[in-house]
Amino acid sequence: MKKTIITVTGKDTVGIIAKVCTYLADNNVNIEDISQTILQGYFHMMMITDTSRSDKSTGELAAELDMLGKSIGVMIHCQHEDIFDMMHRI
Amino acid sequence: MINIYEVTETNQMIEQANLDVRTITLGISLLDCVDTNLDRLNRKIYDRITTKARNLVRTAKEIEADYGIPIVNQRISVTPIALVGAAACKRPEDFVTIAETLDRAAKEVGASFIGGYSALVSKGMTEADELLIRSIPAALACTEIVCSSVNVGSTRTGINMDAVRLMGETIRKTAEATRENSCLGCAKLVVFCNAPDDNPFMAGAFHGVTEADAVINVGVSGPGVVKAALEKVRGQDFEVLCETIKKTAFKITRVGQLVAQEASRRLGIPFGIIDLSLAPTPAVGDSVAEILEEIGLESAGAPGTTAALALLNDQVKKGGVMASSYVGGLSGAFIPVSEDQGMIDAVEAGALSIEKLEAMTCVCSVGLDMIAIPGDTPASSISGIIADEAAIGMVNQKTTAVRVIPVAGKKVGDTVEFGGLLGHAPVMRVSPFSCEDMIRRGGRIPAPIHSFKN
Repeated sequence: MKKTIITVTGKDTVGIIAKVCTYLADNNVNIEDISQTILQGYFHMMMITDTSRSDKSTGELAAELDMLGKSIGVMIHCQHEDIFDMMHRI
Repeated sequence: MINIYEVTETNQMIEQANLDVRTITLGISLLDCVDTNLDRLNRKIYDRITTKARNLVRTAKEIEADYGIPIVNQRISVTPIALVGAAACKRPEDFVTIAETLDRAAKEVGASFIGGYSALVSKGMTEADELLIRSIPAALACTEIVCSSVNVGSTRTGINMDAVRLMGETIRKTAEATRENSCLGCAKLVVFCNAPDDNPFMAGAFHGVTEADAVINVGVSGPGVVKAALEKVRGQDFEVLCETIKKTAFKITRVGQLVAQEASRRLGIPFGIIDLSLAPTPAVGDSVAEILEEIGLESAGAPGTTAALALLNDQVKKGGVMASSYVGGLSGAFIPVSEDQGMIDAVEAGALSIEKLEAMTCVCSVGLDMIAIPGDTPASSISGIIADEAAIGMVNQKTTAVRVIPVAGKKVGDTVEFGGLLGHAPVMRVSPFSCEDMIRRGGRIPAPIHSFKN
């Protein structure tokens, strides 16, 4: 099953992970792996998720997560894993 | 498994360095639309385009959403109209009706441009070819998104100097016909030598006769990404420089390859080629000139520019070829003046002249691109510029082109605004010395010798 990568970038504040995870749970998206780091002073989080049981397409999830991100002041991207695989793996 | 640093790198390329897929271009053959009745021909063309390209824009938007990579343009290229219209068109006005049909059909499906209002006359012109060329000024004036190109020479056939002369006049007339609109018609008209059949980039895209019924070609971009990568290796030697460009080009091209495969699968249309060209935009940080400066030039146009560009072009190809099985189109660095803020700055600073740009076109793709020249430049001088570029292409077995805009009423030092991706351009000096007598000779320049290379 192809995975969907969700990334969150921005200033670290209380409750970012909680809000994102609540949204994902509500939409039947399973989180398989989470990693986070601070890069150039910014909070970066990456989740590897399985969206196959969600009713929504990657595009719809991406649009809603983008809105959620704006409401809490961070950038959230939701992308098919292929773009990263293609770019970084031969 | 992908790690957070790789994911971050990709997303920074997209967000901070303007990485995008410049265009998905759907090539459509119109050869079987040929008809002796003009109305029927127009109807068939309209139906063919609106059927084949029905889902183009929607599919591109879906891919964009799924992968989080912007796909800036969705375009259409068609079989050169001089061939398609030959049986039905007896006057230039007849060809103009086809241009209007193309415009209408492309707008109906939401495409940003449609290319292929073209004639291939590298050796000789048929009656239809000549009618089409004579119809270009009117066709580009009464349409918005139709692009036109004429191939006037090739390495195998030489240069058709009759066509070169006609194109000089046609460019002047096109400027006149669109003078109310910054002479924008000329920005949609390219004169080629060795035009490729599968170019996805405008204004020179057409669907060659060697192509299948329909094909997906993708043009990647990313000068900003190369620039950002080079910032990290400042001061290091050429080996490191080349390696960095190559690796970056690989990454950019892989994204194009992914988008092309997906578009092909979702539309049910075969994948043709990836065009590796580094295509700049007027946006800050999306400039080929800035890469040249990052390599170590004070400004594009300084001594060393041609060498830097040659290196850049070659490394982009080496990285890109590894990333995609089918590379085609123009595949090189574009050096349009108006579409590249660094080039504009170089011209305004007096660092870059048409003559230097001409030298640069010997080592990179395309040619003299989006250059504004004084409105009173004689047609024969424009023909001379075309002949020079065509000669470079012919002898070096590469594609070259001319897209100059003689801006009516403007002189050297003025600026003309085109808007959007086309940007703005300072009017550049053209040599005032005449080539009238040479252009008036007529006939052909023979194909060059293919041996004794020196």
